[in-house]
Amino acid sequence: MPTTEFTLNGNPAAIAGNKGTRLSKALRDELRLTGTKIGCDAGDCGACTILVDGAPVCGCLVAVGQIAGSRVETIEGLSASSTVTRRLQDAFLRHGAAQCGICTPGMLVAATHLLERNAAPDEQKVLDAIGGVLCRCTGYRKIIAAILDAGIEHDNAAALDGPAAGQAVGARIRRLDGQRKVDGSEIFGADAAPEGCLLLRAVRSPHHRARFRLGDLDAFVAKHPGIERVLTARDVPGVNCYGPIPPFADQPVFPERDALFRGEAVAAIVGDPAAIEALDLADFPVEWEELPPHFGMDEALADGAALVQGNRPGNILTGGRVARGDAETGMAQSAVVVEGTFETGFVEHAYIEPEAGFARRVGGRIELQVSTQSPYMNRDDIAKILGIVPEDVRILPTAVGGGFGAKLDMSVQPFIALAAWVTNRPVRMVYSRRESIMVTTKRHPSRIAMRIGAAPDGKLQAIDMRADFNTGAYSSWGPTVANRVPVHASGPYFVPHYRAVTRAIHTHLVPAGAFRGFGVPQATLAQEQLFDMLADKLGIDRLEFRILNALAPDQPTVTGQTIGAGVGIRACLEALRPRWKEARERARDFNRRNGKPMRRGVGVAGMWYGCGNTSLANPSTILVGLTPEGRIALHQGAVDIGQGSNTVIAQICADAIAVSIGRIDLIGPDTDLTADCGKTSASRQTFVTGKAAELAGRELRAAILRAANAGADAEIRFTDDGVSVADNGATRALHLAAMPRDARGYVLAGEATFNPPTSALDESGQGVPYAVYGFGAHLAEIEVDMELGTIKLLHLVAAHDVGRAINPTLVEGQIEGGAAQGLGLALMEEFFPGRGENLHDYLIPTAGDLPVVESILIEDASPVGPFGAKGIGEQAMIPTAPAIMNAFYDATGIRLHRVPATPDRVRAAILAAETRDAVTREPERAS
Amino acid sequence: MDAPLFLRPTTIGEALRALAMPGIRILAGGTDFYPVQGERPIAEPVLDVTAIAELRGIAIGRDEIRIGGGTSWSAIIAAKLPACFDALKQAAREVGSVQIQNRGTIAGNLCNASPAADGVPPLLALDASVELVSRASARRMALADFITGNRRTERRSDEIVSAIVVPRSIDGPSCFLKLGARRYLVISIAMVAAILERDGKGLIAQARIAVGSCSDVAQRLSNLERDLVGKPCAAGIGKQVAAGHLADLSPIDDVRATAAYRIDAARTLIGRALERCVAGVAR
Repeated sequence: MPTTEFTLNGNPAAIAGNKGTRLSKALRDELRLTGTKIGCDAGDCGACTILVDGAPVCGCLVAVGQIAGSRVETIEGLSASSTVTRRLQDAFLRHGAAQCGICTPGMLVAATHLLERNAAPDEQKVLDAIGGVLCRCTGYRKIIAAILDAGIEHDNAAALDGPAAGQAVGARIRRLDGQRKVDGSEIFGADAAPEGCLLLRAVRSPHHRARFRLGDLDAFVAKHPGIERVLTARDVPGVNCYGPIPPFADQPVFPERDALFRGEAVAAIVGDPAAIEALDLADFPVEWEELPPHFGMDEALADGAALVQGNRPGNILTGGRVARGDAETGMAQSAVVVEGTFETGFVEHAYIEPEAGFARRVGGRIELQVSTQSPYMNRDDIAKILGIVPEDVRILPTAVGGGFGAKLDMSVQPFIALAAWVTNRPVRMVYSRRESIMVTTKRHPSRIAMRIGAAPDGKLQAIDMRADFNTGAYSSWGPTVANRVPVHASGPYFVPHYRAVTRAIHTHLVPAGAFRGFGVPQATLAQEQLFDMLADKLGIDRLEFRILNALAPDQPTVTGQTIGAGVGIRACLEALRPRWKEARERARDFNRRNGKPMRRGVGVAGMWYGCGNTSLANPSTILVGLTPEGRIALHQGAVDIGQGSNTVIAQICADAIAVSIGRIDLIGPDTDLTADCGKTSASRQTFVTGKAAELAGRELRAAILRAANAGADAEIRFTDDGVSVADNGATRALHLAAMPRDARGYVLAGEATFNPPTSALDESGQGVPYAVYGFGAHLAEIEVDMELGTIKLLHLVAAHDVGRAINPTLVEGQIEGGAAQGLGLALMEEFFPGRGENLHDYLIPTAGDLPVVESILIEDASPVGPFGAKGIGEQAMIPTAPAIMNAFYDATGIRLHRVPATPDRVRAAILAAETRDAVTREPERAS
Repeated sequence: MDAPLFLRPTTIGEALRALAMPGIRILAGGTDFYPVQGERPIAEPVLDVTAIAELRGIAIGRDEIRIGGGTSWSAIIAAKLPACFDALKQAAREVGSVQIQNRGTIAGNLCNASPAADGVPPLLALDASVELVSRASARRMALADFITGNRRTERRSDEIVSAIVVPRSIDGPSCFLKLGARRYLVISIAMVAAILERDGKGLIAQARIAVGSCSDVAQRLSNLERDLVGKPCAAGIGKQVAAGHLADLSPIDDVRATAAYRIDAARTLIGRALERCVAGVAR
């Protein structure tokens, strides 16, 4: 066997076998150095950045045979040998520059190369150095700040000790799981597999809609040594149907007859990895009969259109409706009414970690180690598919290299579970980037028609909205989008007369599902742009118009809920006031001084977002135990997908017990060891699981105090052999080793479940859909190149009412990362099914596309949330795109009704406005 | 399955002998080879040309400048070259990312023959030729003749592009402008390279303008070049660009932009590139 010899991290190394293999793959598979990540296999993401002979390169573009005699350095080696890398790692942790951590090794390698040659680079040099590494979580600014700050030695003693007992909430502590993200040792979905693991590959439909017939599968297996088995619908022992919302479940593991979207798997091939990788699927025995697909919603809604799902007449999956007052009357009473229709396309989550995991059968049970946002939902669906009880399924979530909603749905899970179950061998699957983009859920394309009326004094009278969402071939989270949008389409404003009606419509396209905001970002684009049109028509300043109408704590929402306290929208908008004035003056000055082609503009947009499921139970249960050794074990079942729940929930729990956070050990998530903490979505983990952690922590504290017969204000201190409780000058010792232990081995424990108090919505959508809402407003300054149609975001101010910032660094990280996705939605991101299933056609922002984001944290405490905290994950991205689009109008006088505002669309609109002024300008457009 | 043959010669001669092998594929920087390969296994023998020292490096002669085919974009950026190469250097900085520039080679960029190849417009503007060697012969061909279409070149399967040769036939500032929908790692929607040479009286003596991503193969705009000769080499030069000068371009609609936009943007970019040349701001 040919062998390639080279120097790896300073030591001689050799890779046996195929010299054409990508180096990134060989490093991971052959040499087990999994710190080098694979995100695209095309040089588009930079996650596999390594140094070859001192130069940063993408390991996926280098053949093993090409490094003979070369020096190769990976994150593992640099972590051990480079002081520059170590300083960078420290700066990354200090600044919160690693969120999910999947891009972090590549970032660190690229930054190490820069700083080893230039100890004090300017920002432009930093951007050039990391411009080839994509990050989907952070919005890059904290990464840039960390690199610029890495030259300075910091005294870390205080930071590493953490805040004093009872001081964790509100502290900018480092992520508890941060070290392994910066040294490359974090285990993501593709980073672990048991010895002898088989590999699985899906056979996918090349057509948007096709009938298929499988041929002689036994002959195929016989013809290919190393192939164990081909799996089809017939192999599913349980129910061949799953979906995240059980009443709407409609997705088969494999269809029996018809593939309903391009990329749907009709079979899976399982075998030895080498045999699977060598397969050419061209000779797989399947015949396709292409059928005419519905691409757009209008085709699906047409009379007599073929049904995508036979049991859903009119291709309507479901709808949503919220009505309050009387929209028609309100509109008639309005002195000024504006209307418009706004559209968005498919948006891809584009996390840098493609879906991956492995499954193994353990006797009568199945275990899945997989990248997921929803372990218990995975557990229940896998049980249903295999025909076993949920308790016989164990889900061990790996670190998640970005999720944003798409990893709520199952991807590899049903395939690997079924394959491991029937072969009794461990089986893994790793999506390619192409598969990931082709078949995983997307943000729903939308068409939103909205009318808004106001009184002459500017007070909102009525909003009337009809919104259609293209939900694709299967239900996924379509019902959630349909239900969430009508509740939110008023924005955080008082609207007496309201009607919002939505539909989720099936087509033969990739299922649209959950993506940061569940349809609310799309609706906010319509509502906030119409607000500007309305304010202009009323002659009221655009920001003041929003302040005038901001929902007050004692005013009912459009569902009739009076939130009562913790309604910080007014404070968010008012916080923008001075910056709004300054920014508008800056833009006016710029536009006066400069002629064409550069025009600047300023835009503002508000937002609200309910935390947790809409009117549905979504409890989290936390167990926290005191070990005989004096450690506190926090059974934390919430999946940290980069947002920081591992850290935030521990901070909350530490303060609830009033102990140092360093005393806490995280356990889980693991469905065998941690209770259900729900899915990581709907901005619910800090709020719901955090609250459960607070309650459980208080319970443990009470148990300790009871055991010590101490009062509620007593101080808990840890000693060498136990706990001492100081109360009014008296100190009582608990000798933990001598105390009885419960079944889990804890001497004392607290357990609590929290389910947000909500109520069902009636047929008019009236009720209490959420116990807590987050609020926010963004202010965007942009520059438009009128000749090229390009838009640059110059500065963003983001004011968010988070109730209580449990960890301000992590909150800022969510805001900056959310803003980056908002910028992508506004300016560059659109997925066209069947085209551009890669990260060079599907563009997400790079380090050079994000400006400084100034975060203003408003803390208007929620009476319900832990220490007053609310969610921030989705809130952060909702107002960015509408603020940018409003800034675009401010700069150009042109209202765009479709995002993304790509250069060609922008330029076409500018040319149209120049020639046909009346058509696109606002006053004429408003009725 | 046995691994396919992977050859890594250190001389051009060895490489040319290996090319006789049926179906053998040349691998240089891998920045196009692997993305095109995708998930498919490599079935054919591979000829890695990156160990051939004589394919790398830049030789600056009195009459011509010779860039070895295996020279990386990073090496071009780092090289000391006349002002008319500034456009090529600027293009090199826009090839993907630093990681891509460290691996990707100039000959690979040409042989891949993408309509959006960043290197082609500046090399067309430089009147570059491609040097092709085989066991039987060596020949030179104008770059404009070498690339014949989208992913099509005149390279015979027994040939290697050993060098890119640029005659020292123009002296003046140059500029490359690339338009994409984001800052880094972006495929051009349109791009322009321009070189201007000024005579003693401040008039344009020679103009070279090439446009990429607006036709199957990047093109020189010879009508515009002719019209610019004799015009004052001064601010306002961009206004000389008229719609008719772009008549030979034939862009397409794709996920990145519409054809109409490409033409419109190309016209703007040409004007700006010319202004930058006369302002001498082109670095």
